[in-house]
Amino acid sequence: MPKLIKNGRVVSDDRTLLTLAEGETPAEVAVPAGPVLVPLPVWLARREELAARAAAGELGVWLDAGEDPAALAGDLAQLAVIAVNFPKFTDGRGYSSATLLRTRLGYTGELRAIGVVLRDQFNYLTRCGFDALQPPADRYSDAELEAAVASIHDFSEPYQGAVTPGQPLFRRARRAA
Amino acid sequence: MYQYDQYDQQLLDERVAQFRNQMRRHLAGELSDDEFRPLRLQNGLYIQRHAPMYRISVPYGLLSSRQLRKLAHLARTYDRGYAHFTTRTNVQFNWPKLEDVPDMLAELASVQMHSNQTSGNDIRNITADPFAGVAADEIVDPRPWTEILRQWSTYNPEFAYLPRKFKIAVNGALEDRVVLRVYDIGLDFGRDAAGNIGFRVLVGGGLGRTPILGEEIAEFVPWQHLVTYCEAILRVYNRHGRRDNIWKARIKILVKALGVAEFRRQVEAEWAHAKDGPDTLTEDEVARVAAHFVDPDYATLAGDDLGYRHELAGNKAFAAWAKRNVRAHKVPGYASVTLSLKKTGTPPGDITAEQMDLVADWADRYSFGEARMTHEQNVVLADVRQSDLHALWQLARAAGLATPNIGLLTDIICCPGGDFCSLANAKSIPIAQAVQARFDDLDYLHDIGEIDINISGCMNACGHHHVGNIGILGVDKNGEEWYQVTIGGQQGNATALGKVIGPSFARADMADVVEKLINTYIEHRHADERFVDTVRRIGIEPFKQRVYGSEHPAAQRKVANA
Repeated sequence: MPKLIKNGRVVSDDRTLLTLAEGETPAEVAVPAGPVLVPLPVWLARREELAARAAAGELGVWLDAGEDPAALAGDLAQLAVIAVNFPKFTDGRGYSSATLLRTRLGYTGELRAIGVVLRDQFNYLTRCGFDALQPPADRYSDAELEAAVASIHDFSEPYQGAVTPGQPLFRRARRAA
Repeated sequence: MYQYDQYDQQLLDERVAQFRNQMRRHLAGELSDDEFRPLRLQNGLYIQRHAPMYRISVPYGLLSSRQLRKLAHLARTYDRGYAHFTTRTNVQFNWPKLEDVPDMLAELASVQMHSNQTSGNDIRNITADPFAGVAADEIVDPRPWTEILRQWSTYNPEFAYLPRKFKIAVNGALEDRVVLRVYDIGLDFGRDAAGNIGFRVLVGGGLGRTPILGEEIAEFVPWQHLVTYCEAILRVYNRHGRRDNIWKARIKILVKALGVAEFRRQVEAEWAHAKDGPDTLTEDEVARVAAHFVDPDYATLAGDDLGYRHELAGNKAFAAWAKRNVRAHKVPGYASVTLSLKKTGTPPGDITAEQMDLVADWADRYSFGEARMTHEQNVVLADVRQSDLHALWQLARAAGLATPNIGLLTDIICCPGGDFCSLANAKSIPIAQAVQARFDDLDYLHDIGEIDINISGCMNACGHHHVGNIGILGVDKNGEEWYQVTIGGQQGNATALGKVIGPSFARADMADVVEKLINTYIEHRHADERFVDTVRRIGIEPFKQRVYGSEHPAAQRKVANA
């Protein structure tokens, strides 16, 4: 079963990721049974149909890098999982999406980084509010993934306020003059 | 200057460990070239033409003597005995070994230095007025604010993978000495009518392929909001800046596409959420940082030093140096000295390990242990007693650091160019050397007066050629090196972009071209008129006529990658 890092621990995960193939439309695409992440346009088109599965925690929504998290502003209470896609690891829009979901929109459920998610981004990702990190399925061996958990803690007392920690260093610590 | 506390040092030590681990995994084949690239770039490591290039950050240009000695040590131990000082107050080593770079970073960390975010699509080293704290026209000392921004931008988790690089400059004086309008963000500190500190915000300036001068989006923001306001700009840019085309990814393109009014509206809307939030600065934090930038322990001196006056009157060479390389100081009896890294025959901005050690010694002996780098690629000793100037001049002269050419034609701003840089289309150092060799008569140089020549080896414009009074840009045409010339560019309060005079030239012609431009100026100038003011008054046509003569083309030939 595929693995991901959730709250700093490697866990198994069988949530499928629905993507729209060429010619498929959000209104008509078949949504697989079981745990699934659906693209934002599918959710927006079929909110009522999918609401019960979302409320049961079975169905979540994934945002692509350029999609506005504010589109989910009214739905956050019923979503147990939101994922943000990183099409390339050099595409940093997802860091702002996560920050906005956590601080501006007040989302408290699982926030998962998907796509090209590598261990060298783990520290920044978690500081921006991601609590689930899902590297590409074939990128790390189990042992490598266990070792990669350490990267979450690359910086122990960062300067900035972000999502975690929320306060900047000058408010968290009494610094020597 | 700023001294690290345990938090600064711990963060930097953790960075060293992180980068060492990344390098180890890369060398072991666990991190591919593509995956390693953004990581090494965020640590200042390029893969270059002959060898890796390692770019070290000198935040707002301030160096202690201890740090200078460490740079000298690195030059000797890991490089070929010299370093290059850049227009962005960074230090570049051109010959390190890839696998040595984590050790170099660890050595730097031992003297509170680093290579954080000196490349990559992140917030780069922030520059400030090299005469901060000593300039008579200063309204607000930019250094504490720049240090606060340095900390905010360092390992900032949200803004490490921006659409493109992001450069901030800070000024706090009447005269703009950092070229605010060519930065992604230019912050101009001042005071309101009640004396409260705040800053004007310019956004969307930049050179490169599409040179644009920044526009004002806020006239006066109170100091408490420095971080939240910058954060709002960065978030708008990170979310909406173009990522589909590297040549259209800078914030200037977004500002142009939206229009300044709409961009301002988006920033203000974003800022409304963060304003007065946790990142709002406190008086305690500003006071803590500002305490590192108090005046050194100046002696109380009567005024101008009589011995200095005497030497000036009796020694022509010393007087020529003092005229160009010594600046007035806010404290009676003191002066600021610029050591020239523009000696003819030496690549502009290059400095040897021995010279760095010497500058460190002079800093200790004459200038409270500190030196400053300037964006013109020279070194300043900011707090020298007038009574020490003659002794310092003799030492500097013996070390090849007293060329009396600051602000003159041979004080050329120049990128490393095609001799070193893999991005370059053409060499830039040989052009600088040919021009310096052509104008080797000191009296003539002084007669020509103040003029900036800026040379870039490609349109990335590291030599800031657009704002040179004479700007020279290396271009590639069918695999050959050619040079395009602009005139009328200017830095300072009247910052302006130069205009292209016509088709580009072969390298061998460049000294002739500059000479013709200068001759045209000499013929047309009014008394005490600088080159750039003559260009402004008479336009570029007389210069074109002289340079191209009868072959003067009716239409300018466009250079493809200019």
